[in-house]
Amino acid sequence: MAGPRSGAAILPFPLRAAQGRPGAAPPGTAPLPARPGFEPPGRNPARPPGRRFLSLALPRFAIERHLRLVGASEDALLALATLGPHGPVIHAATRAADAAGATPGLRVGDARSVCPVLRVEEADLAGDAQALTSLMLWSRRWCPWTAVEETGGPGLVLDVTGAAHLWGGEVALLREIETRLAGLGLSARVALAPTRGAAWALARFAGPRAICGPGEIEPLTAPLPVRALRLSPGTALLLQRLGLGTVGDLLAVPRPALARRFARAAPEENPLLRLDQLTGRLPEPLPWPKEPPRFVARATLSEPVQDPAPLLPRLAQELCARLEAKGFGARRLRLALFRTDGTVAGVEAATARPTRDAAHLVRLLEGRLAGLDPGFGFDLATLAATEAEPLDVRQPGLDGARDEAEDLARLLDRLGARFGPRALCRPVPRESHIPERALVWVPALGSEPPAGSSPIAPPGAPPFPSPGAPRPLLLLDPPEEVRVLYGLPDGPPAQFTWRRAAHRVARFSGPERIGPEWWRDPPGTRARDYWRVEDGEGRRFWLFREGRPGDGRGGAPRWFLHGLFA
Amino acid sequence: MNLWTASPSFAAEPPAALAEVFAMGTDGAAPGFVLAHLTPGARVLWVQDRLSRREGGRPYLPGLTGLLGGPLELLHLEVPRAVDVLWALEQALGCAALSAVVGEVWGEPAALDLTATKRLALRAERGGGRAWLLRRAAAPALSAARERWRVAAMPSPPAPDDPHAPGEALWRATRFRSRRGALGEWLARRDPVQRGIAFLRPGDGWEALGAQAARPDRRSA
Repeated sequence: MAGPRSGAAILPFPLRAAQGRPGAAPPGTAPLPARPGFEPPGRNPARPPGRRFLSLALPRFAIERHLRLVGASEDALLALATLGPHGPVIHAATRAADAAGATPGLRVGDARSVCPVLRVEEADLAGDAQALTSLMLWSRRWCPWTAVEETGGPGLVLDVTGAAHLWGGEVALLREIETRLAGLGLSARVALAPTRGAAWALARFAGPRAICGPGEIEPLTAPLPVRALRLSPGTALLLQRLGLGTVGDLLAVPRPALARRFARAAPEENPLLRLDQLTGRLPEPLPWPKEPPRFVARATLSEPVQDPAPLLPRLAQELCARLEAKGFGARRLRLALFRTDGTVAGVEAATARPTRDAAHLVRLLEGRLAGLDPGFGFDLATLAATEAEPLDVRQPGLDGARDEAEDLARLLDRLGARFGPRALCRPVPRESHIPERALVWVPALGSEPPAGSSPIAPPGAPPFPSPGAPRPLLLLDPPEEVRVLYGLPDGPPAQFTWRRAAHRVARFSGPERIGPEWWRDPPGTRARDYWRVEDGEGRRFWLFREGRPGDGRGGAPRWFLHGLFA
Repeated sequence: MNLWTASPSFAAEPPAALAEVFAMGTDGAAPGFVLAHLTPGARVLWVQDRLSRREGGRPYLPGLTGLLGGPLELLHLEVPRAVDVLWALEQALGCAALSAVVGEVWGEPAALDLTATKRLALRAERGGGRAWLLRRAAAPALSAARERWRVAAMPSPPAPDDPHAPGEALWRATRFRSRRGALGEWLARRDPVQRGIAFLRPGDGWEALGAQAARPDRRSA
């Protein structure tokens, strides 16, 4: 990596003893003799030459991601909360909310007392972590080694050794990164330094776009507070109490004293270790996570074809062979067909559970090709598994019986591929007493893998709570307005007209009053009085009157038909 | 005396692979009749064309749970046309994991002819599944369904604790075509104890029920 001078890179420790500092070696290591022959002129021999780390701090990642998802702006009085040991605590807040007093770390109750109109939503920590990982993979556009930073809030660390000149130098690279991330709606603080520790400290505690040259670590980091050493708050506080406020103070302390005091502490509580990592005396190897494998099969044709269907089996077999080699199965497929005139047509399909059955993949895509316009023909086709999950080899039952769950998953795939994933739904209960909200329809081919044997009902799902009162078999969406004759304004209906047919009410039961959900509905929403009625022929309906006469929320109440009973 | 039986004939009948149920109006009687055949926990695919969904409403699981005495594993598919309902039913009938498949078709589409129903019936018989074709706003035409029913709502018996309230659901079910069983008219209801459908032959106390139903005595009177 370091080219012809890599001899210096294998020296594990910098030779600070030669510079007159006592106790050069960290505990447990012997100092290496200086080898002046290896030193490049004008370089500090202590450091492996040329390693450049870029630290990227995203202090407002959670709220900026949320704002981007919901399409709100920083002017909204909005905060995200997590559950702390004593109730919800503000995790992140918009600039407006922060200015109004809802600073992160405050309890939600306290924040509300300062800013009563504050809107609080739940923070999605798992989603944030996932988004940060994908951002980390995306940032490999700048250099091949990137990782997620574990300490100091959301952040990334990039090893840009030998990559900066491709972006026009280090200054240009930092500007490019800031601009790109601003385009994603993320505000970032970046810094470049020869060690990971120094880059981390400069990104979080120095000015914008700090660049630290090979010999400048100590002068640049000395004025920073000791928290810049990636220490736990407790240790930082301890050092503060000892009168060691800055990194420079700590550098001035003799090493044996620090070593005696902190020899056995964990890394985040060991200032000496962190100091050595900052200055580069102690190398800090970093595992760069591997990219998830990509699965693509392609067919390049010498002559354009009008009908791509005959290509499919070979593409699917090739893709499945690649999936099998890595032990993966496809969850989402994309077939891209490149026309000779340069336009690309695409077909996508999703599967309920990971699969690498070529025949099944072909069947999913086959029916979708009819609507494509080939123009003058296709000359390139690629089939990619855009989403893949690990899939172990499974032994089918010895009795030759078909696997029911597998069968069902295949059926869901076929139905979803033909009618779109939104057409095929399963009901999921929600906690609400408003009838249409007590049930949400979620796509059966959801992104969450259907665990267990049944792709329909996730295991452990709560059963539908029975509301006590009878509920209709079919629910009209939206409710249809009916004209009603009644004896008393707030009494039962005597006759109603629905779809131009009059129904005389022979029996009724009710009313069942269902109030609006004041925490969700706009103010002024009227309560509903539900009546279960039966007409002279035995047809049973579910009617409701929206509001009560004289409830002060509008004029005469309207009647609606909401459901049909068996 | 309990004269309700689990099958329309006196002997037990094997379930028909494809049954067609004609609704007599836009109400819940025909879907209720179909659902009354199912047991709680069954896995059901319910396919509706767009018009059925708009005009007749979507199945509502809390209501289904109330009728069946337990939750169903329901999958709902909404498709644009009747042809798509037939395609989806045909695909689903090969799947052993589904207990029943219900297809709801509005009107009398040309695609739903003798050939299409025969295809469905053969497929259901081969796969061992059970298919229901729920027809709304339609008159019976030529069909290869193994059983054909016409279902209408009946005035319910009074509820035990409130004479004004609608009681348990009753349906007047007419079987006008069957390969195996007798034809005729029955009174049907969901049996909450046996957890299945129950039929009452005409004459067996039907008059008494009808008389009860016809007299919704008003408290004010």
